[in-house]
Amino acid sequence: MIEPGDIVLSVENIHTFIGQFHILEGVTVHVPRGSITVLLGRNGAGKTTTLKSILGMTPPSRGTIVFDGVALVGKRPYTIAQMGIGYVPEHRAIFRNLSVRENLEIAKRQRDDLDKRADFIFDLFPDLKRLYHLDGAQLSGGQQQMLAVARALVPDNRLLLIDEPSEGLAPVIIEQMMEAIRRLSARTTVLLVEQNFRVASQLADRYVIIDDGHSVAAGLMPDLMQDEALVNRYLGVA
Amino acid sequence: MLQNRSTIGVVALLFAGLLAFGLVTADSVGSFAITVLSGLLQAALLFLVASGLSIVFGLMDVLNFAQGHFFMLGAYITFAFFHAQALAPIDPNLRFPIAILIASAVGGVVGYILERGLIRPLYVRPFFMLVLTFGVAIVMGEAIKAIWGTVTYTWSTVNSFSIHQNIFVLFNQQFGWYRIFVILIGLALMVLVALLLRRTRIGIIIRAGVEDSAMVEALGINVRAVFTLVFAFGCALASFGGAVAAPFLGASPGMASAFLLGAVAVVVLGGLGSYEGTAIGSVLVGLSIAIVAKFTSRPEINQTVWPSLTPMILLILVLLLKPSGLFGKEH
Repeated sequence: MIEPGDIVLSVENIHTFIGQFHILEGVTVHVPRGSITVLLGRNGAGKTTTLKSILGMTPPSRGTIVFDGVALVGKRPYTIAQMGIGYVPEHRAIFRNLSVRENLEIAKRQRDDLDKRADFIFDLFPDLKRLYHLDGAQLSGGQQQMLAVARALVPDNRLLLIDEPSEGLAPVIIEQMMEAIRRLSARTTVLLVEQNFRVASQLADRYVIIDDGHSVAAGLMPDLMQDEALVNRYLGVA
Repeated sequence: MLQNRSTIGVVALLFAGLLAFGLVTADSVGSFAITVLSGLLQAALLFLVASGLSIVFGLMDVLNFAQGHFFMLGAYITFAFFHAQALAPIDPNLRFPIAILIASAVGGVVGYILERGLIRPLYVRPFFMLVLTFGVAIVMGEAIKAIWGTVTYTWSTVNSFSIHQNIFVLFNQQFGWYRIFVILIGLALMVLVALLLRRTRIGIIIRAGVEDSAMVEALGINVRAVFTLVFAFGCALASFGGAVAAPFLGASPGMASAFLLGAVAVVVLGGLGSYEGTAIGSVLVGLSIAIVAKFTSRPEINQTVWPSLTPMILLILVLLLKPSGLFGKEH
């Protein structure tokens, strides 16, 4: 049983519109402190919109989002990020015309953020040290993903929202990325969107299934692995 | 890499062609040297209008049609301040830099108010923004006419600041030292703005914002505040351009549209949102205007329309070779 104080992020029954489309029609997500929670569901179910709604990029029109006791709805994305929420978007979204160094520098919120965390970041992703002065456009897909995660680690974030970290990566890079997420979760809470069920099941402690804009199931990941009917019904994998 | 090579090739070809044409059609080496200096002067002024236009467009997707009017505003304020009877006791060598500072500051403040008050609510409606800046240009033009009238003010070198009065002779041709000073100011600003964009945190934020402003905001940066700052800076830069141009261009209602047209050609030719493209585009357009002006002023041609058409002809030529401009990204 999770105590209320252990919940770092509480998303309650949010509804989000993009233009005239009602994308989220009641999504509830509770993220315990120190956990890796994964949002599962088919393409177009509303997982990415849920992350964007938390960050205020697609603000919900109804419902509440509370991060460490502070209501987020109505706040601008930069204010929400400054409260300690890091975002790793799908398709990486690194700045291709900026060098690796500049991509990390821009994420600083305090002058010494990068100095403080450089050892941890380069220990997690040693390749980035070697590529430090190259432009983002010159990196491979895997290296860009590493940079996107590293960028979110520069400030002192208490929650990381990571969208599809394994998307489009080679199996060996996926393994590296999984190991990195496992290690960084010792420092910060992670809310993950992951389409690859194998990756999700190996990484996450908890899950929330989103289907057609609704959260339809939530619980512990080992329980989901036992529930073949639920997996087949909403995720279409056996 | 290949794209860079082809861009450098096109730029080198254009410069070589332009300079060769200028040299072949010049009466003498001296006349050619003066034409090149005139072109560089034109380039410096175009750069001051176009750089703000380019950075603002790259970051905010706003094509500010009032940019030429900020140039004009700078010229009028500098002229008025320098020639005000009440300020005549101040040494002209001090009065002129103060006038430039005041003109630039007024441009920046008007730009700030414009962005905060009118443009910000329209970010979600780009076409409305375009119409709005067009409307602001008309209002600024009429306001300037209401304050200063429709006469053309010319700045006499008599009783002017000292550098404005001095000339030098190059290959038996005369050229004002002040014009050299303006070329050097334009060059210095090209380098300073490049350093600002490359070496400072705000520069990194601006370059990142040009790529993906939503992601910059998701990193905890107040992008709207950056937009305001950049817009005000762009307007201040254009007013600064008008201020330094006033001693030889004077101040007249027609100068806004003349420079806006040239600046738009520079920004599109250089590649929308590319600072390097704007810098190189300014030099190309400035040189081509001066060389064509010199050529078409020959007695057997004697047509004054060609220099003002030159930026557009050059623009068409470049867009035929590179549809996204010299340094623009392919979409």
